[in-house]
Amino acid sequence: MAPLRFAVVVFPGTWSDHDCQYSLAAVAGQDARLVWHRETDLSAYDCVVLPGGFSYGDYLRTGAIARFSPVMEAVVRHAEAGKPVIGICNGFQVLCEAHLLPGALLRNESLQYRCQWVHLRVENTATPFTNLCEPGQVLRIPISHGEGRYFADAQTLDALEAQGRVAFRYCAPDGTVTPAANPNGSERNIAGIVNEIGNVLGMMPHPERACEPLMGGEDGLLLWRSAVEWAQVRA
Amino acid sequence: MPIDQPALDVIALSRSEYELIVEKLGREPNEVELGMFGALWSEHCGYKNSRPLLRLLPAEGPYVLTRRGEENAGAVDIGGGICVVMKIESHNHPSAIEPYQGAATGVGGIVRDIFAMGARPIALLDSLRFGPLAPGTHIPVAHGPSHEPARGGGPEPRPEVYAHNRYLFEGVVAGIGGYGNCLGIPTVGGEVVFEHAYSANPLVNAMCVGVAPADKLISAKAEGPGNTLMLAGADTGRDGIHGASGLASRTDPHARFEELRPAVQVGNPFLEKMLLEACLDLAHNHRDWITGIQDFGAAGLTSAAVESAARAGTGIVIDVAQIPRREEGMTPYEVMLSESQERMLIIVRKGHEPDVAALFERWEVPCAVIGHVTDDGTVRILDGDREVAALPVDILSEAPQYTREGEPAPELYDLQSLDLASLPDSASPGVGALLAAPGAGVGASLAAPGAGGQGAANEILLRLLASPNICSKRWVHRQYDQSVLSNTVEQAGSDAAVLRIKGTPYGIALTTDGNGRYCHVDPYRGGAIAVAEAARNVVCAGARPVAVTDCLNFGNPERPDVYFQMEAVIHGIADACNALGTPVISGNVSLYNETGGRAVYPTPVIGMLGLLDDVTQRCGMAFANDGDEVFLLGSLLEQPVASLAASEYLKEVHGLIGGRLEIDLALEARVQRAALAAIHQGIATACHDCSDGGLAVALAEMCLAGGRGLDAATAVLGARVDAALFGEAQSRIIVAVPPDRRQALAGIAQGMDLPFAYAGRVTPEPRLRLGPIDVSLDDMRDAYEGGLERALTS
Repeated sequence: MAPLRFAVVVFPGTWSDHDCQYSLAAVAGQDARLVWHRETDLSAYDCVVLPGGFSYGDYLRTGAIARFSPVMEAVVRHAEAGKPVIGICNGFQVLCEAHLLPGALLRNESLQYRCQWVHLRVENTATPFTNLCEPGQVLRIPISHGEGRYFADAQTLDALEAQGRVAFRYCAPDGTVTPAANPNGSERNIAGIVNEIGNVLGMMPHPERACEPLMGGEDGLLLWRSAVEWAQVRA
Repeated sequence: MPIDQPALDVIALSRSEYELIVEKLGREPNEVELGMFGALWSEHCGYKNSRPLLRLLPAEGPYVLTRRGEENAGAVDIGGGICVVMKIESHNHPSAIEPYQGAATGVGGIVRDIFAMGARPIALLDSLRFGPLAPGTHIPVAHGPSHEPARGGGPEPRPEVYAHNRYLFEGVVAGIGGYGNCLGIPTVGGEVVFEHAYSANPLVNAMCVGVAPADKLISAKAEGPGNTLMLAGADTGRDGIHGASGLASRTDPHARFEELRPAVQVGNPFLEKMLLEACLDLAHNHRDWITGIQDFGAAGLTSAAVESAARAGTGIVIDVAQIPRREEGMTPYEVMLSESQERMLIIVRKGHEPDVAALFERWEVPCAVIGHVTDDGTVRILDGDREVAALPVDILSEAPQYTREGEPAPELYDLQSLDLASLPDSASPGVGALLAAPGAGVGASLAAPGAGGQGAANEILLRLLASPNICSKRWVHRQYDQSVLSNTVEQAGSDAAVLRIKGTPYGIALTTDGNGRYCHVDPYRGGAIAVAEAARNVVCAGARPVAVTDCLNFGNPERPDVYFQMEAVIHGIADACNALGTPVISGNVSLYNETGGRAVYPTPVIGMLGLLDDVTQRCGMAFANDGDEVFLLGSLLEQPVASLAASEYLKEVHGLIGGRLEIDLALEARVQRAALAAIHQGIATACHDCSDGGLAVALAEMCLAGGRGLDAATAVLGARVDAALFGEAQSRIIVAVPPDRRQALAGIAQGMDLPFAYAGRVTPEPRLRLGPIDVSLDDMRDAYEGGLERALTS
């Protein structure tokens, strides 16, 4: 099968674009292109990646300006067509600002930036990016953010849980979900969520940084491989 | 017009320097011209007091591509058509006044130096010095030649001193993170050290490392008369005026910090990120459109323009009316001296102006034509039709140089003659009790130094592991993005950071090092040790040391004792660089680091680059396998009492600073070669530099990193147990090997005529047993991991 075509969207201030492209192309063997935010047509791509960074310097509010970028209309169309979209870190923040995902990412509870390896428990293995994971599997992946505390009102959180839309939770190495394993104060240890039909995933941790043993781990590769598997099953 | 002293004071020029300007010009300079002289003849830009000494440092080497001082940063060829570009720079004075923005713009400035060369910045390191965060990190004692608390004795500082130190520390760390994280450049290493000598005078030295294809390096020359000067990036405002001449080139009373705050620039990392991408696009994809790129650093447009013209032997014309402003009513003087951040001077080949403008437009970065290159060797500043300055480039760019008479401070003799032999051996269970001061019996607390007794060595080790200078700096590093760009193989907290170079098998190892306390006690050997230790650190990662960038921090050079320190430190660095084959390819000097007549410790910071031909051959400090045998390369375990000189142990446990340092550079080179051989032959499973806190701390760190114990209970430690455990003798590297490789390691050591000693066996049982020490990993981890947070919250 031909490599999957990934659009890695570059907003002004994005900085995980090269990491996403490298891990997708050089490591996972897929076709990954950088797409400048002024682009308005993503129809040539199978999957859209909104990478991490500080789009527009995080000025005003994280992701608040990027959501008005020309490319975002195409991202919405892509999502509405049921094709896979993943927002990582700043990309997650943009997806929330664009109302493709519910809730918001607030300043870390510590009020400090945090860059460290964390453990994630996979809560939903039916998404395009987690279908190769085992239910409850623990992934080790780094975070790097100052505003990653997931917040939504209790009603929204209950709905997310009831619909199985929590994709990842911060956990201890053995998979137990504890306050100590929560690096930023996220509600219910939520590290990633999906939209109602499950094709749009937002997550704070950086799977693209965990795709090679030399970089400290390759659990992140499971997400890219899942996306390929998902496409193959539907081909 | 006769110039008055207040006008000269504003720009920190002396009367005789003014007279020299008049003599060279053959006329009085006008106000704008005088301001430009003030900036370029400042200590910060002109290196008036340091340039003659800096010539002592070796600059040539087999890999070096640049001539030191002639470009924005130094470059070395690492093979495979790739070069590494690096530089370190200080932002001490701004950080003392406004820690967040001072540190943030320090990062911004050093990053611009790297991408101005056409290199993509891939790593930052920050070497930081502050006053202590909390009292009680030392014990005042009655004896010792000391005046300050840090040297024992002396009055305890007021509580607000510690509060201010915490404010500076937290602000600087947040500023470094705030800027570097937003840029998407990982901060992979550096050091944080706390000493009373840095209270009110923090040192903030930022190092940046970039990579570029060797054929894409860009020069900072304003070449080709007729070519166009374009300014890209931020609008010009009133921030940072007199940063170079005022802040960085003289001593200001602490009371003036409030009024000096406007001289600190304000950073916009988002704009810098866009400027970075645009400049790299230009350098890598449109090389033929430009002849050079020069960053705006200290002294802003004045230094950018004059330095780039001086390098090319050309002249330039700039019309300040064309420069986009942030505010109205700015005078030509203010525009020329503004240190607004995130600006670059692009020297564009005639005819390509629209191409370059379109490129910056695409990256959403403002840019404007502001002048052109000429052939008359003059820098002309216009304000519309009116010429406001016309000065010969060579006069402006050649600041006077001063060679002074240095003289050691009398206290240096006192410090060096500290009688270490008369100190009680606090770590010896038997002897210590006998030597204890009157009233302190066996088992007494450490508050009575020299108490000795059972368990004393454990307590000392835990105390050193918890001391802010030795403990884990995780509290700092976790606020920095360390892994963006996917190159970081070994993160901060190891001997050296290791990064891969994508598309090649190569790796680079990076570290910064420099012990101000050592240099305070013995500036020559302290300077040499800074280089030796930095090289040793990259060796422990498996890399061969190849080049140095240095940041030299001192007090007021007009004082003979400070000038003596500068001379001696630089001699020490030069000798060590020659002995170890590591030329100094770039650097920076920061003088006038003092408040109230008290200078900081003389603090050279050595940024070291090491190369790995195969990044997978790196080595770490973590004990990797149970049963591995551990050896000390370079000496026996037993150490003379002299090895306690200026050690953490001496300061933390005895509240003293002093003694005589030793460094044998030939031995150092052999030890490093032996360790590299052990790593490259696949013998070593772990490798760690034995430095601050001595053998016991180094072994504890290896245990903690690997989650394994060590059994060296029967180690022969000699007459001075404290010296063997906590002495800081140089040229020692700890190497762990599988049991069947001990003969191979012995062969390497004997082949290089090196002393070495057995230092125990790695065990699954989580305890460190070393002579009288017997401590659990949990206790060591509590002490080591929590040290900084405890100091911050106490």
